[in-house]
Order: sequence, then C-alpha cells, then structure tokens
Amino acid sequence: MTALAQAPSAGGRMRALGRRVLMSEFLILYLCIVLFAGLWLVVPTIATPYNISSLLSNMWPLFVVAIGQTFVLIIAGIDLSQGAVISVTSVLGASFIAQSANPIVFEKSPLWGVLLFENGAILHGSPLGIPVAIAAMLVVGVLVGAFNGAAVAYARIPPFMVTLVTSMFLAAFAILLVKSENIIDLPNAFQAIGQEFGIGGDFEFFSVAMVMALVLGAVGHFVLSRTVFGRWLYAVGINPRNAAVSGVPVRKVVVLTYVFSGFCAAMASIIYTSRVDQGRPTLGEPFLLDIIAAAVIGGTSLAGGRGKILWTFYGVVFLTLLGNAMSLLNVPYFYVAIVKGSVILFAALIDVARRRILLQGT
Amino acid sequence: MTDTILRFEDVHKAFFGVTVLEDVTLDVARGSVVGLVGENGAGKSTLMNILGGVVTLDGGQLLLDGEAYAPRDPRDADRAGIAFIHQELNLFTNLTIAENLFIGDFPQRGPIPLLDRGKIRKRAQEALAMVDLAVSPDVRLERLAPGERQLVEVAKALSMDARIIIFDEPTTSLTARETERLFGIINRLHQAGKTIIYISHILRDVMRIADAVAVLRDGQLVASGPVSDFSIHSMIAAMVGREIEQLYPDRTSQPGSEISLELRQLSKTGISYRIDLALHKGEVLGVFGLMGSGRSELARIIFGLDDFDDGEVLIDGKPVKKLSPTRNIGNGMAFVTENRREEGLMMEATVADNLSLAALPAYRTRLVNTVRSGSVATAVRDSVEALSIKVNDAFHREVKGLSGGNQQKVVLGKWLMTKPSILIIDEPTRGVDVGAKYEIYEIIDRIAAAGTAVLFISSELEELLGMCDRILVMGQGEILGAFDRTQFDEEVILRTAFREHVA
Repeated sequence: MTALAQAPSAGGRMRALGRRVLMSEFLILYLCIVLFAGLWLVVPTIATPYNISSLLSNMWPLFVVAIGQTFVLIIAGIDLSQGAVISVTSVLGASFIAQSANPIVFEKSPLWGVLLFENGAILHGSPLGIPVAIAAMLVVGVLVGAFNGAAVAYARIPPFMVTLVTSMFLAAFAILLVKSENIIDLPNAFQAIGQEFGIGGDFEFFSVAMVMALVLGAVGHFVLSRTVFGRWLYAVGINPRNAAVSGVPVRKVVVLTYVFSGFCAAMASIIYTSRVDQGRPTLGEPFLLDIIAAAVIGGTSLAGGRGKILWTFYGVVFLTLLGNAMSLLNVPYFYVAIVKGSVILFAALIDVARRRILLQGT
Repeated sequence: MTDTILRFEDVHKAFFGVTVLEDVTLDVARGSVVGLVGENGAGKSTLMNILGGVVTLDGGQLLLDGEAYAPRDPRDADRAGIAFIHQELNLFTNLTIAENLFIGDFPQRGPIPLLDRGKIRKRAQEALAMVDLAVSPDVRLERLAPGERQLVEVAKALSMDARIIIFDEPTTSLTARETERLFGIINRLHQAGKTIIYISHILRDVMRIADAVAVLRDGQLVASGPVSDFSIHSMIAAMVGREIEQLYPDRTSQPGSEISLELRQLSKTGISYRIDLALHKGEVLGVFGLMGSGRSELARIIFGLDDFDDGEVLIDGKPVKKLSPTRNIGNGMAFVTENRREEGLMMEATVADNLSLAALPAYRTRLVNTVRSGSVATAVRDSVEALSIKVNDAFHREVKGLSGGNQQKVVLGKWLMTKPSILIIDEPTRGVDVGAKYEIYEIIDRIAAAGTAVLFISSELEELLGMCDRILVMGQGEILGAFDRTQFDEEVILRTAFREHVA
C-alpha cells in the first residue's frame, strides 16, 4: 500500500498532466493548434495562403471589439450594445464618404439633404472625408460608452439592462437613419483599411486592420498588466465596495471602461465597414454573441475580476478558426450556431472545473 | 465510562500540502457542552467542517454512536442530526422566517409538490417558541436584528431534530442582551439532552456555558478535559503555547500637541449630533459606544463614505471642503473598516494585490501611470515581514485562505503602505484570536509611536482601556463623555455609555 502511494501510478500521472493542461492559461491556444492540425488533415484547403489571409481578416475586427468587452467583463459588467454601436457607426461613417447615393433609395432617409446628396455624401472626394468619417464614428462610440458608463456608475442601473436598452435603441436608430438600405459605393482609400496586401511573395496577410488590432491589443494588455488603472479594474471587478474604501475612484473607472468598450466597437466598425464596403445598418447584429463568447472562451470570467487580452486573443483565434472550418466544410448555418453554442457551454464548464480545482487546492 | 456520542479518531487533513489537522482524537460525551477553543487557523473550523460534511478528511475517521460516519455533503450531516450554526449566518434575508426554516425540506401535501402552508406555519411557530422568538413566521428575515436571526438559525436546527448542534462564534454580532438570551437557550438545549459544540474566542463565555473544553493549536489537540480543569489563563496558555503575561503591550509613546484631525460640531440628521473631536499627532484616541451609538457611522462620515449635513472637518488644521476616500487618502488618512470581508479585502485576490491597492497611486510613474512593480514587490515583502503575516507566498496566495488574524493584518498592512498620518480603525480585533490580537495592539502602538494619530473605535471596552491615551464615549450619535488615561474606570465609562448618572 505504502509503496503504491509513493510511486505515482501511470493513471495518477495522466491525471496530474490533465490537470496541468486544464489549469494552463494557454489551454485555448493548445486547442487552437490541435483544431488547426486536425482540420488540416480533413480539409487541406485551410492552410492555403488565401484561406489564411481570410482567417486573419476575420480575426482582426472581432479581436478589436472583444478587447473592449474584456475590459468591461473584468469590472463585472457586460456591454451588449457593442453590436449596435458597430451598426450605427457603420451607417454614420459611410454617410460622410459615399461617392454616390441613389435618390430613389434614400429620399426618405433623415440623412438625405443633410449628409447624403444625389451626387454623393457631404465629404466625398474631399481629402478630409475619411478622417472626418473615422473621427465621427469613434466619437459616437465614445459617447455611447459614456452614456452606458454613467448610467451604470451614477444611476446604478444594472449593466445588463443599460446596455440592452442602448443596444435596442441604437439598432433601431441605425435602421431608421437609412430606412433599412445599405450605403454603397465607398471610396477605395477607405476600402483599403480592411484589405490584405502582401510584402513580396503571395502571402497577403498584412493590412491596416491588422496594425489597428495589434496596436489596440498591445495597449489593452499594457493597461491591464502594467498600469494603476489596470489594477483598479480588477479591484472594482472583485469587490467594488473594498475598492471604494481603498480610494479607487470607482465611478470614474466604470465610466472610462464603458467608454473604452464603445471606442473599441467603433474601431471594429471601421474595419467591418471597410471590408463589406458599405454602411450597413445591421452590420453588428450577428457579432454580439461572438464577442462575448471570444472573451469567455479565452478564460475571462463573467463574474468579474479575471481576464487578460491575450486570453481573449486565443478565444478570437479559436472562434474564427471554428467558423472558418465550418464554412469550408459547407456546414449549414443552423449547425454552425449549434456548434458555437456547444463551444460556449464547454468554455463555461472549463471555467467551473478550474474554479473547483482551485478551491480544492490539490 | 461516559457515554460517547461522537468520536474523532486520528483525524488528519491538509490543504495545499499544509497540514491543518494532525491526529486529532477527541471524544464528545452525549449531552455535554464542549467548548472548542484555539487561535484562528488552529483547525477548529476545519474540524467542524469535516463533521458538517463540508470538507472530507484525508485520514482517520469519525464515529457517531460508535458507528463510522463519513458525511459526503452537508445533507448527510443533516440526516445524521448534526446542525451547524455558522458564524456568517446561512440564511436568506429575502425570504420569510418560515421559508428559511424549511428551505431544505418543505413539508408537502401528498405526492404532488405543493407546499403545505398550514403545516409550515404550525411547525415554524413551534420551532420559534422553542427559542423564545415572539415574531410571526411570515416576517421577512431582513427585518430581524442579528441576534434574532441567530435564533432563527437555532430554531432551524431544532426543527430538523438535530442531536448535535455546533455554534461557531455565535455572539460576535450580538448585543449583551441577545447574548444572554442565546445562553439561556443553549442551557435549555443542554437540559433537553442535546450535545453542543461551542466555538468561541470569548473565553469567559466558554468558562460559563461549557462543561468540557478542547483546545486546538496548529492542528493538534493540545488540551482537553472538564471545564473545572481550566482557567481563562490556562486556556490562553494552551492556545498560544506559551504563557502570556499581559494582554496589551505597554504603550511606548506620548501623544504630541499638534492636532491632526479635528471635528467641529459635525452633524448628520439621525446619525450624529454636534460632534467635537480633536485627535492629536501620535495619540491613540478610543471611541467607545454600544451598538447603534453611531461610532462606526461617525468613522464613515470622516472618511467620506457617507455625507454630513453640518459642521466642519479639519485635517492638519486646514478645513476640508469635500470628503471622499480618494481625497482623504491623499491627505494621509486611512480607514480599517469593521467588516473586512465586505469592505476591507478582495478575498479572491492575492495578499500582494490586497496590500498594494490603496498605495498604488504612490507607486506610479509620472508618464503613463504604470505601476513600479519592483518597488511595490519590495514594499509588499517588507510589509509581510513587518506585520509577520503568515503566508508562504504573498504574490500567489489568495487572502481568503488566511486566518482571520492574518487577514486583518493584511488590511492594516494595506493602509500602512500609504504611510498614513491619521489612521481610523473600527473593531480591528473582531474575529481575531488572542495571539494575533496582541500583535495587532503592538502594531497600533508602533504606528502611534511613529507619530500617526489613531482613532480606535471599539465595542470592547477592555481593549480601549488597555491601548488608548484617551477615550470618548458615544451614545445616540453624541459624545457623552471623555476620559483621560488617568481617569480610566471601567464602571464609570460603562455607565456613561448607558447614560446612567454617575453618582
């Protein structure tokens, strides 16, 4: 008996290894590698330069918006309005720079005669057009975030409620602005933001979007891991009352976090709008669940106080890979939703298992 | 040969590879009241959690009525007739008394899961009568005082027909009168033949109600026997493993003459009334008051957590217009709140993160607000050492794994890292064992000697008498009296607090 207890059995070692893998913060990254390798065997086309470039172009905007969501989740909040912010800013941005607008389509739009005219949007062709459009989108994202944050911090409405309401409001407002029509014919220079290009060779995976995502990711990571503000975020997420007593300006932190979330959504909207090459009033609708799922799959806790940008990045890679694989395999969309749902459930189970192991401490 | 109802046999348990219980063997006689004492972290709670099915043991066994008893969850313990009345009450404040009593096992009408309201009501009334609680079972729990809630928990245990009832620090949040009532009920349960295990730091109470005592130290049973074998002194000696000659350290310094904090006619409707107070540099000023006297509320107002209507607050002689924790900390103020779990700590964060939270702004670089993590780490290590916080890895261990005394030292350490000139401490030794209490008193003395002005709020008059240079007595939001160290007299101060005229 004692000899058995001293020498760990093969089963015991396997269990210990299993536990190490489960507890590792790279778990999702490992899973991504396994998934990619496995898919490669089934659908070799996944590793073609063309597909990899499309994988990456799908990743960047999702990563950008999920960075903001991660911040909000860390303070034990949630931002359901990000999808609607993407939609409304998409329409707004496009209505500054569209090169033409069909009067039959847009005559009834409230933007008609204000921003949109028969011979194009108000700033089309102007060198100021794209910068102003981008600035306007970001300003709107920031304002929506400020509203969300103020309602949560000062009016003390639960974040779920606040952002659900802003989401409904903005989604409807986006459709109202353009009467359900897409604003097409955006300038090439704007389109280039989401466009991959190669630097020699035929691997075309560089893009302005990539630079935006990586810079924002680096900034997010830096803020969370190195700055006083980052420490404050976790403190507010774990115990807001203790944070307040300890001198953390809790309300300011909450407002700024939602502002950042709105800003990230607007940034993502720039990339998405550029990629679809139109201002689309329903652009953000399908993404909301993906955004939250990416953060949660990475390991960020919905209960607050836990989360990292790197984790969210792994979650984004995993989710994008999964979506890409299913489209290569021609899986019908309803199965796609079922699979995604299962993956989120799986992520939640991992979170629970991890917490149980931490609690047992063995 | 006494009749043994429960036997712990060679019980062994380790968490994170640290042994918390080592070969504990203890017999509990049927119908006895056993006082279980020991410092925080000595293993009392773990032992009881094993009994209650919350934690499983690593070695040894439990015998209940001579038969092996191995509860896998609290329901097993319920079925075995073991009830656990927790320090933090396990009740739902949003439900009624009756609903709380039967939450685990609602009486039902026949096979369909419909609640039998009549039966619930009747049984609830019976249970409440047993604990002398004259309130309707339909009252929501949130409307009851802490002492009454405790009685509801006892009633719940009785309604489940418990044979063994464990009380874990039941009197910490009770007033003197509520405590008396609880003791009366414990006596009655004792007479009815119930077996009671009573955990407490208040050794006087243990002496009074227990008929046997068991002392744990560092996971081992170091002494046990009939209560007549023990004195408070010998219990403390057994708990800490050495003789403690004095409960309070000698004060090493005298208060200065400069005023650090001054209140002038501070008023808040319904909370405090025209409070004048002057706290000097290096002084330990006690604020004594009964529950509801407004002592904690005053502290919250000073620290800017609650607002006030009228009056003035001066820090270092300068009037302060607007009070907020952030501004106050900037002005050198620190505040150890009375409830460390809710407001003092992030239980799920590491010791290091907790220690550094309040002082973070002092450790930032000018350019982009980055934390100078090297300096913070050094400060954390210094703090762990200076306060002898018992933790093997401050940077990875979560605070929730520490004992109450060490948690409290983390709270103190957090504030000392801000190098405060004014320190407000509210019930700093609540839920802290004898040994750690002494250490906390030493820390307070050290801080005062270094020139920090300390406002020491407590409901334990003894510790104020032992530690303070001056004591203010509060009642109903007013200052009722002030006493210099030379005038300290327990009886006079108590009378003042009760507003009885001193003859």
